[in-house]
Amino acid sequence: MHIDKDLVAASATPLALGILAEGENYGYAIMKRVRELSGGDLEWADGMLYPLLHRLRRLGYVTTEWRTPPGERRRRYYAITDEGRAALADRQRQWAAVARTLGQAWGGDPLPFALGEA
Amino acid sequence: MATPDAARTHGRVPGPNRHTGRRGDDLEADISQWRDWVASRPGVDAEDVDELEGHLRDQVVDLARAGLVPDEAFLIAVKRMGSIDDLSHEFAREYSGRMWRQLALSDDATSESSTGWGVGWWTEVGLWAVAAAVAVQVARLVTGLSDGEPWWLLTNASLLVLPFLAGSLAQRNGLTRRQWLLTAVPFVGAAIVVNVSPFTPGGSTQILVAAHLPVLLWFALARPLMAGEMASRERRMDFVRFSGEWIIYYTLIALGGGVLVGLAVVILEPTGIDEDWLITWALPSGAAGAVVVAAWLVQAKQQVIENMAPVLTMVFTPLFAVMLAGAAVTYAITGLDAAFDRELLGVFDAMMVVVLGLVVYGTSARDPSRPAGWMDRVQLVAVGSALALDVMVLATMVGRIGALGFTPNRVAALGLNLVVLVNLAGAAWLSVRFLAGRVPFHRLEAWQTAYLPVFAMWLAIVVGVLPLLFQFT
Repeated sequence: MHIDKDLVAASATPLALGILAEGENYGYAIMKRVRELSGGDLEWADGMLYPLLHRLRRLGYVTTEWRTPPGERRRRYYAITDEGRAALADRQRQWAAVARTLGQAWGGDPLPFALGEA
Repeated sequence: MATPDAARTHGRVPGPNRHTGRRGDDLEADISQWRDWVASRPGVDAEDVDELEGHLRDQVVDLARAGLVPDEAFLIAVKRMGSIDDLSHEFAREYSGRMWRQLALSDDATSESSTGWGVGWWTEVGLWAVAAAVAVQVARLVTGLSDGEPWWLLTNASLLVLPFLAGSLAQRNGLTRRQWLLTAVPFVGAAIVVNVSPFTPGGSTQILVAAHLPVLLWFALARPLMAGEMASRERRMDFVRFSGEWIIYYTLIALGGGVLVGLAVVILEPTGIDEDWLITWALPSGAAGAVVVAAWLVQAKQQVIENMAPVLTMVFTPLFAVMLAGAAVTYAITGLDAAFDRELLGVFDAMMVVVLGLVVYGTSARDPSRPAGWMDRVQLVAVGSALALDVMVLATMVGRIGALGFTPNRVAALGLNLVVLVNLAGAAWLSVRFLAGRVPFHRLEAWQTAYLPVFAMWLAIVVGVLPLLFQFT
């Protein structure tokens, strides 16, 4: 399924924050997780993840640290901050509202992912 | 070797070597070539390249594990990484301070036309500079500056020059017709307001307008400079950088011009040729044209200043911090009344504006992702001392105004002082919280960029409302 690029862009921040809320991680693993979660539907150029992560860092939503776990490559790890969690919660409310509205406009049923929120 | 240059022109990534018998060394060679190529892109720094390379290597390993040969794994990993041009563009947007020169203007306008001396340079810079120079001379001849009556020229001087700078910026940034019109509005409005006002010649309201109007019109340059994206935080920061760097370039040109005119006068003296024409013709025209040329230099020769401006702030912020802290302590001990006179508020206004300039410019020159360092503390000392000094002066001043009454000068000085005081107090408070690790640095940026319209509004009040309140005296 092809997902419109505006929609992909809009979902990038909450998606990245959501994945980091599961625990700190590095870029490649975040990207893999995105593929896994979306079943490959949500595709964006791998490289684009990094400007996004750096923006989240500037906004104070994540902190970063270069680390070399034993036996692995040196990598930059990203960890979510309290502000990042707050921003994520805020985004979740926004998306829930959007989903609810769309669901009602399209026949009364809220979209599946809004159910948990409402 | 595949040639990165050839690939770059097509915006694609260089392919792997085309010979057979690939082994690990070839993969290493490909990766290192890819790395060099990414590193050469604007906006991407060494750590970013490390990070991207790590990603590429992880991907290659995973693909190889899935059964691909290194050759294929590399190609697919590179493809998944996406267009490096887009990536570099995104990085550049995120780190506008790292390379704002590509963004201050529309991308294509900077690269060719404004660095050469072709037709493009003349329509975007040269003719505007000449027009500003001519406008000043025409105005001078029409009003007959040499016969006295300098007041009209004094109040209108900025209106003779800055519209041409606005035009030059608008032309370079390829503004739409609507944006051109919106750019013209503040200039036309100011010209009408200033010229229908029945000022007492040489009265304080007229002098205040003459002093405030150039700065107000400078804010009107924001629209052509930001290509209409007035609300964007990054574009506003670019406007601040542009202003700071313009001041540096203009000062350099003024120094050079001053030496040139001075030498010319001395050299011409023995010939008996009247050198007054240098003062009446060359000096004002040069000063007007240089306004446009300095703005062009800021954008065309960005790299030079990009290295210099942070160094200047680094040098002067500690010096000002020492000076201000010393003054604050001295005043606190000796008290203010002995030294106080009516002009003091003006002096402190100047001090506050300089500190404000250092703070705002320092904020714009700083890499927002860097953690708090000693420079942030030094800057806080400077701001804190300036605030302490200013509060002392204000307290005394408010008492005096109660006794002496309001004059245009006092209202203007007091208002400016309050506007800057609020800005610096907010900046100090945020910077304390930033140093304590409570807020990210971008809050400070956001505070400064959000505050910019307040300055413009205050200036507009001094130009448009204050003279009315004091009956143009």
